[in-house]
Amino acid sequence: MPDTWAAGVWLNTPRPHPGVQREGHDVVARVRTGVRALGAVLAAVLGASLTGCSSTGGKRAEERAAAAAAQGKAAVNTPRWTFAMVTHSGAGDTFWDIVQNGAKQAAVKDNIDFLYANNAEAQQQAQLVDTYIDKKVDGLIVTLAKPDAMKDVLTKAKKAGIPVVTINSGTEESKAFGALTHIGQDETIAGEAVGEELTKRSKKKALCVLHERGNVGHEQRCEGVKKSFKGTVENLYVDGTNMPDVQASIEAKLQTAKDIDSVVTLGAPFADAAVQAKQQAGSEAEIDTFDLNAKVADSLDAGTLGFAVDQQPYLQGYEAVDLLWLYRYNADMLGGGKPVLTGPQIITKDDAAELKAYTKRGTR
Amino acid sequence: MTATAPQAEHDERLIRTSPLRKLMGRPELGSIVGAIAVFLFFSIAADSFLRASSFGTVLYAASTIGIMAVPVALLMIGGEFDLSAGVMVTSSALISSMFSYQMTANVWVGVFVSLLVTLLIGVFNGFMLTRTKLPSFIITLGTFLMLTGLNLGLTKLISGTVSTKGIGDMEGFEAAKAVFASQITIGSVNLKVTILWWFVLIALATWILLRTRAGNWIFAVGGEKDAARATGVPVNKTRIGLYMGVAFAAWVSGQHLLFSYDVVQSGEGVGNELTYIIAAVIGGCLITGGYGSAIGSAVGAFIFGMTSKGIVYAEWNPDWFKFFLGAMLLLATLLNAWVRKRAEARS
Repeated sequence: MPDTWAAGVWLNTPRPHPGVQREGHDVVARVRTGVRALGAVLAAVLGASLTGCSSTGGKRAEERAAAAAAQGKAAVNTPRWTFAMVTHSGAGDTFWDIVQNGAKQAAVKDNIDFLYANNAEAQQQAQLVDTYIDKKVDGLIVTLAKPDAMKDVLTKAKKAGIPVVTINSGTEESKAFGALTHIGQDETIAGEAVGEELTKRSKKKALCVLHERGNVGHEQRCEGVKKSFKGTVENLYVDGTNMPDVQASIEAKLQTAKDIDSVVTLGAPFADAAVQAKQQAGSEAEIDTFDLNAKVADSLDAGTLGFAVDQQPYLQGYEAVDLLWLYRYNADMLGGGKPVLTGPQIITKDDAAELKAYTKRGTR
Repeated sequence: MTATAPQAEHDERLIRTSPLRKLMGRPELGSIVGAIAVFLFFSIAADSFLRASSFGTVLYAASTIGIMAVPVALLMIGGEFDLSAGVMVTSSALISSMFSYQMTANVWVGVFVSLLVTLLIGVFNGFMLTRTKLPSFIITLGTFLMLTGLNLGLTKLISGTVSTKGIGDMEGFEAAKAVFASQITIGSVNLKVTILWWFVLIALATWILLRTRAGNWIFAVGGEKDAARATGVPVNKTRIGLYMGVAFAAWVSGQHLLFSYDVVQSGEGVGNELTYIIAAVIGGCLITGGYGSAIGSAVGAFIFGMTSKGIVYAEWNPDWFKFFLGAMLLLATLLNAWVRKRAEARS
């Protein structure tokens, strides 16, 4: 490239220039000012955090509460097996944190090396299972949110002699794919429980808010609500990764359809968005939700939420590890060929006070 | 410039370059150094990384990215982006699956209809770009969003659910599966057919870039569009052709998705377009166009595959995966820039 070459030579040729020396000094001075400014900012932040202590909440309150991290030591003397869990969770989902907390607690008791990986894309999730088969783990825990993608790898796991337990989603496919058992909630049954509860509360028109397109379990939940609810149900799709958008969508819907008297969200984080949307829209609708977290427990206690349906994610993680251990140790299996149900459990204001503490430590 | 520069004694175009310097000037060199580093790193950090069966898994992961990274690299050499590439894969799979199912046609009919429609999407991208003269970023962003919506909307409308109906029991499925999603087992290594597709695409793209007139056009269009036009390069045709190349690869990847799992989730593919661009950039493609190689993109995809699976083999917390990826991207680009600067300074 002659052009660049020429330019390079031209730039590299020393050019006597009276400004060169001074320019250098300026740069040094500028850097020094920058360092000083940075120091000042750091000092200010440090000062603020020292003087502005909060007596409520924060890290210290969390430390005072019982830690969620798995505690204790192995209660068995079986060899240290390795179990891996692969889920369809997106990045940073509280629900799957609780599942993991359960699994880790069981892993500690059962002397298990617990590995975890997740990917929301079916193909990627299958590849993750592949890598654990390569690693020759002693047990696999897999979610079947997109079952067809997992069929091949589960067959491969079976061929490699790795026992598989499915959790959370995949009630129908679990057995056909050769899994030992399935631990989770039947989404249709959970939806029906919500429908019955809504009928009991004499609601007329419900809005079912789906935050993840393509999730079969979510569709089943809303179908279940529709099946057992005496009133009418309308579905609303929102983008679950964009919370302001979720709120705006629900708000718009509540403004246009004034006769909606109950909103059902399919995940705990979205209940709060629905509550805020309801306030903005000036609606009287009752907000109910699937799943539980600290915020939902607080809101239930305060009365801003009607009820929650929990599928007890802690149990799904805990039982999966424990059942694999039982299978390895004693060839035991729970469920008698049927899925082991961890939900639905309807939670109202009466139960909320007790559960608040458990949600704060990340086990409910 | 003064005439006193001593180097000007020889015509620099006639200076013979040593093989080493020639090597230093190759766009993929930085990425190959990076790939070796990543390979050594995970060989030490993860004991199961070096197993033969793991190699098959890593290659498969690399090939699913690499098939798309090859034409995306060509497109970037031509100076353009395609943000719709990730979703186009899903679109292509959806089209062939739903067409076959709804028409109760032989699966191959759906596969070829899908090829036509996907290529048309590519033509649309290229045509809009050359006609409107808007940045490709905007045009393909529009296509990306429209395809995302169409995928969901049409699938729900036609199939009633968000995923397509299974076509595993239809005529021609087994043959198509053999072409797009089969695997052979050598010893304990499972090699998927995508790896073969990937290598063929790399070879084809390299041949086009380095041995044909079209290859010169691609470099010229990416380097300086107006100068290229002035010297008689068919700029518009080249660009439309590049977008069709991306569409073709999207078709291959889409059919692989379909025939591996026999149903397609309509919401997937979002975000993958960046993965392809990252692979191309790690492989030495310049964001501004005019420089890069197909082999580089393959090395980029291989680094991607090694990192994503290596983290699992090493039993690290996957929460950090994106961080490592970002660091890897920065390091690879820095290494590339450094190597290139050294190479240019010496020649």
